[in-house]
Amino acid sequence: MTEQTTKDHAELADEFNKDEERVNWHDETLWWIRAKRDKAAHKLPEWEELREAASNIKNNVLSNLHDYLLQFEKNAIANGVHVHWAANAAEHNRIVHELLNKTGVTRMVKSKSMLTEECGLNEYLAEHGIEVIDSDLGERIVQLAEEPPSHIVLPCIHKKKEEIGEIFHQYLGIEAGISDPQFLTETARQHLREVFITRKAALTGVNFAIAETGEFVVCTNEGNADMGAHLADIHIASMGIEKIIPERKHMSVFLRLLTRSATGQPITTYSSHFKKPREGSEMHIILVDNGRTVQLGRKDFRNSLKCIRCGACMNTCPVYRRSGGHSYHTAVAGPIGSILAPNLDMEKYADLPFASTLCGSCSNVCPVKIDIHDQLYKWRQVLVQNGYTPKAKKAGMQIMTWTLSSPSIYHTAGKAGRWVMKHAPFAVNNKLNPWYKQRDMPEPPKQSFGEWYKQNR
Amino acid sequence: MANSGFEHLTTGCNELFIKNFAEFDYIVAPSGSCVLHIRDHLHDDKQPGVAENVSHKIYELTSFLTDVLKVKNLDAKFPHRVGVHQSCHGQRGLHISSMSELVEPEYSKPLSLLKMVKDIDLIELSREDECCGFGGTFCVTEEAVSVKMGKDRVADHLQHGAEYITGADMSCLMHMEGILKREGSKVKVIHIAEILNGE
Repeated sequence: MTEQTTKDHAELADEFNKDEERVNWHDETLWWIRAKRDKAAHKLPEWEELREAASNIKNNVLSNLHDYLLQFEKNAIANGVHVHWAANAAEHNRIVHELLNKTGVTRMVKSKSMLTEECGLNEYLAEHGIEVIDSDLGERIVQLAEEPPSHIVLPCIHKKKEEIGEIFHQYLGIEAGISDPQFLTETARQHLREVFITRKAALTGVNFAIAETGEFVVCTNEGNADMGAHLADIHIASMGIEKIIPERKHMSVFLRLLTRSATGQPITTYSSHFKKPREGSEMHIILVDNGRTVQLGRKDFRNSLKCIRCGACMNTCPVYRRSGGHSYHTAVAGPIGSILAPNLDMEKYADLPFASTLCGSCSNVCPVKIDIHDQLYKWRQVLVQNGYTPKAKKAGMQIMTWTLSSPSIYHTAGKAGRWVMKHAPFAVNNKLNPWYKQRDMPEPPKQSFGEWYKQNR
Repeated sequence: MANSGFEHLTTGCNELFIKNFAEFDYIVAPSGSCVLHIRDHLHDDKQPGVAENVSHKIYELTSFLTDVLKVKNLDAKFPHRVGVHQSCHGQRGLHISSMSELVEPEYSKPLSLLKMVKDIDLIELSREDECCGFGGTFCVTEEAVSVKMGKDRVADHLQHGAEYITGADMSCLMHMEGILKREGSKVKVIHIAEILNGE
């Protein structure tokens, strides 16, 4: 459900920043979650070892993905699960549609799956006359508001409770002006109960798939994946091929890291292992590539596939907190989204690796130790060399390289700059200079350090 | 330049840097981001060994004072309330201080030096190591977010009563000074070297 837009991150962020109070609220809300994460992490003296272990397990997976996937398929089939392979989003959507057609289902309940957001499944099914209801509370809210999620773990974190009350007033028939969280949650609960009971098909995401046993694990706090899957005749699970882990015992590492990183909780409320279908029902799993093997082939970017979608990099990112998830115009926002998206479409997402100060906080909170900010840096090089860069920036950089590689040009330019700042400050202090819009220019020094050093050494 | 995706244009700068500095035992710079760039990205296809050697000899000022000169006392006095800005590239790149995200023992080279200064009153911040938003060309290409980050960072210092904001990176300081001046604030921005060398 990615917003169709031609605006880039900077323009969308500029719009977001028109309402400074709202930016403050957004920043503080997410910072509060980051602080909870810090507290949870610091309670475990072995935290850094856990991260290292998770990183190593995932590295092993990426190096042996082919074998683990086949092992998983074999075991899943032996458990009575139908396994499908999808090379891309279109194939994935078609498989889901065919399964629903075969069962004669036109209404499906879906728990959170960023993969289906990536594939645009809801829109595809809607076009084919199938109604999808998202059962994750946050996703349901943005679905009613006809917006994409702004965060992979907290899809409606950009909405205030008053706004959620208004949406529920409009769509779920509650009185106007209600913003009490408990009342709103109860409203959603009653609304979704009816959905769970009447839907014959349920789609869930997958957090982890275990090669050793052929089972998969779905983590939620609301139990909505379980409610959907347990009551439906057909359970379809969509997973990116990188979600494989080798053995069940490795869950002990990932479950300890996942929610501590995501929200500061010790563990998800529901960590449900799905192994085989209930009697009389069907279980299907779709293994989706959609660009992942291409990314696996990019040496500098392959380990972005270690991601377990905890969202910690978003909560900590000072740019994300002050620009909002929608400014990234892609299904997975924030730092991790900015290193995943260019793999899918360099031209469309060329702006994202530049939407960062490279402060490095994302890499530090990442529970599987993805070098996110280094990859942002590397994507910048790749994008520029492939020609995805504004012309003005290119010319400026060329002038900069001449200046900085020639001492005589550098000294002359420095002198000229100081002269202009002193005698003609209006040449830089105007609205053509984005620095000056909300910041003063530095005071020009009387002399350069070089000149001062010659006099004072 | 490199941070903007133009690392391939840096050959001339790299050669000049190597020519100017190769002969010295130590290279010291008052700015973490500059040092990190040389450490991580200085290269010269014609003489890779020399480039690598140079990149290992460069030190950020507070690291040099702490790790090489092993400064234990300073004859400095600075009777003011001072907020310390942790620059990301110095901190998360060069590890001059421990980082709030990691579970690791606390340390800070800039702070341990500042604590040797007589009469200095170091303030606590609500967010001890959030980025100021300068970010190289980010400061103009993402003007709105850059400024907002800068305003928030400065506000943290102001709320805690800083008279001075200091740090070990010129670019962060320039950014925050630009914001303070525009807000008409009397709070001054000062490089850590000026405090360590004060009176």
